[in-house]
Amino acid sequence: MSDALTVGAPGRSGGHGPGSDPFALLGLPRGMSMAPHVLDEAYRGLQARVHPDRYADKTDAERRVAMQWATAANEAYRTLRKPLLRAKYLIESAGVGLGEQDNTAMPAEFLMQQMEWREHVAEARAHRDDKALRHIEHAIRSAEVELWPLLESRIAEADWPHAADVWRRLRFLEKLHDDIEDVRSALLD
Amino acid sequence: MALLQIFEPGQSTVPHQHRRAIGIDLGTTHSLVATVRNSIATVLPDEHGRVLLPSVVRYGAEGVKSVGVEAAARQAEDPRNTLASFKRFMGRGLADVTRTHQGDLPYEFADAPGMVQIRTVAGVKSPVEVSAEVLRVLRQRAEASLGGELTGAVITVPAYFDDAQRQATKDAAQLAGLNVLRLLNEPTAAAIAYGLDNAAEGVYAVYDLGGGTFDISILRLTKGVFEVLATGGDSALGGDDFDRRIACWAIEAGQLPPLGPRDLRALQVEAREVKEALSSRDRARFHVRLQSGEPVDLTLDTATLESLGANLVAKTLKPCRQALRDAGVDITDIQGVVLVGGSTRMPMVRAAVAEFFGQAPLTNLDPDQVVALGAARQAHLLAGNRSGDDWLLLDVIPLSLGIETMGGLVEKIVPRNATLPIARAQEFTTFKDGQTAMRVHVLQGERERVEDCRSLAHFELRGIPPLPAGAARIKVTFEVDADGLLAVTAREESTGVSAQVAVKPSYGLADDDIARMLRDAFDHARDDLDARALAEAQVDADRLVDAVRAALAADGESLLSDAERSAIEARIVALVAARAGSDRSAIREATDALSTATDEFAARRMDASIRSALAGRSIESI
Repeated sequence: MSDALTVGAPGRSGGHGPGSDPFALLGLPRGMSMAPHVLDEAYRGLQARVHPDRYADKTDAERRVAMQWATAANEAYRTLRKPLLRAKYLIESAGVGLGEQDNTAMPAEFLMQQMEWREHVAEARAHRDDKALRHIEHAIRSAEVELWPLLESRIAEADWPHAADVWRRLRFLEKLHDDIEDVRSALLD
Repeated sequence: MALLQIFEPGQSTVPHQHRRAIGIDLGTTHSLVATVRNSIATVLPDEHGRVLLPSVVRYGAEGVKSVGVEAAARQAEDPRNTLASFKRFMGRGLADVTRTHQGDLPYEFADAPGMVQIRTVAGVKSPVEVSAEVLRVLRQRAEASLGGELTGAVITVPAYFDDAQRQATKDAAQLAGLNVLRLLNEPTAAAIAYGLDNAAEGVYAVYDLGGGTFDISILRLTKGVFEVLATGGDSALGGDDFDRRIACWAIEAGQLPPLGPRDLRALQVEAREVKEALSSRDRARFHVRLQSGEPVDLTLDTATLESLGANLVAKTLKPCRQALRDAGVDITDIQGVVLVGGSTRMPMVRAAVAEFFGQAPLTNLDPDQVVALGAARQAHLLAGNRSGDDWLLLDVIPLSLGIETMGGLVEKIVPRNATLPIARAQEFTTFKDGQTAMRVHVLQGERERVEDCRSLAHFELRGIPPLPAGAARIKVTFEVDADGLLAVTAREESTGVSAQVAVKPSYGLADDDIARMLRDAFDHARDDLDARALAEAQVDADRLVDAVRAALAADGESLLSDAERSAIEARIVALVAARAGSDRSAIREATDALSTATDEFAARRMDASIRSALAGRSIESI
């Protein structure tokens, strides 16, 4: 809660502008647990106060400031809305890199499972088999259900390096979901 | 001009005055204007009681011009000089137009780079100028009806319009003498009209098939917030395409000889009538008399029309699927489907929509008027006519923005369906010692290769401080405002030097072109204009001085240093002195100087006011 109060303090970060902490901007406690409707309401409440349309009859300079705040509000909402992005923000702002591109230091077993799923997705695509896709999706979801509590507790304990490990695995699974959706769209078109 | 926009309607010396604001639906086939009167949105008819203005402009010899019904009636007679469906040319190059139309247009296009130009008896015309003719007629209609000058207008555009098409629309409005409060996406405008009238809550889809464009938008409506979750579409798919299919069918079925532009236009006009007739009947007569005197007499039935249009309707469903996926909602989450655009009157379209969404679409609103009515309500709100039931609109960018990188690839900077406004920064460096300029090619679209995306502009950054190769760090910021329009700024990070950004729009108009068109448009009224300009300059000066004095009294103490304050006061004195004379440009200059000098002060006041509002929020929530 103390974070939320500092939003109102003038002169922070040198000049004016909304600052870059999404939790503070939206007036929400820092952390993973966040009910979607609480976030949605905080976002809409913030936009209702800062959106440039609210200042359509004001001067250019004033509208520019409103636009900065509205832009920051959108960015903050985007960062916090998806749990995986929210976790990414928390881990990175603790100074731990996620090395999305190059870090493949993952358990061999996990990587093997990944390859297997990918092969299944490719097969399902070749055979236009939606049932097989749903089967793989189900398996991925079970893996995610196991990993999420782990990520949340690592973050709560501020064990950032281990949180980053779990995060990378969840990110792999998310990419697989995307691939499956792509295949599904391709099958429909 | 800029200041007029800034201080009108803001800072009005007369509080709570009703401000005249309009919404304009600038359509492919027809356009209309609406306003809010006694808190009810209503469309404005012309003196004959007609609401729809055909989007047709006819240029005659010796500067004679007709717009609307009269022009539309004569399109088969003089197709070269009678321009219709020009919305499809907005922000488009010649190659785009010839590719999508395959030579069935009766116009003579000028071979020019950038936006397509049409040769008429009255000279070469840009689609922007032609659109401005339509907008000017609607502006005059509104002024006559509302009894005075307008504060501003909201102009609607297809949600799937890219930056070049949006900019072209805004240019046309300015050319028509309209102060653009906002460009509003057509499906979003429809959602506002529908949502406010029905107190709707939940997730809605707006399916908008117009004369030349198709949009699908998925919105979430919650307590005074209209939030667009995703949008998709095809900016070159609409009722016109059905007309062309029918005309082609007539050529084949009637075994017609090769036809000239007049005959082709006549076939298309008849095709549209037959298509419209088939919305309420099973068969219709297709009857045209060719230039040769030979009659064409055929009968089209609904089954044939359905087979001609089946794949056009199917083409609308792919963007629907994509938009649902982008919005992250399931088809069963959709509370209702709102139909917009005259082409949704076709039973085959309604049936396809009902089947796709698994529910009958909502048809209790006029698909021709709903967009203008929503735009009018938004205009009323933005003009500052507060009525207590304010709402907030959050819209998205329809297509990703990116820049060209090595090997002709496009790197995405702003993803499609991101909520506006949005800003994204990208860092560049120099690759030669002492390099002081660089070029950035900005594109819009989803594909990976440059040639598969729309080129928006080349930005040239100049004035980069000379440093060794790789030492300069140029941060280029791409900002997309609530209208969906892009602005680019650049700054060298190590020295803090702002690079100048020179824009070369790929399909837009350069500032010079717009200045020339404005001159052409106002040539006849120059004397009038001078007197009016002086009066406007004086009014603006007075307003600014009043506003600044009030702001100084309120916050001068807390937000300004002594030096800053005296700098502003010196500019007030200078402006008051200039205002006493009748030199318009001196008044403008002094006004601009005071305005510039107070920019930072205004920004600080705004920031402080937002901060105190938010601090209040935090305390409330504890």
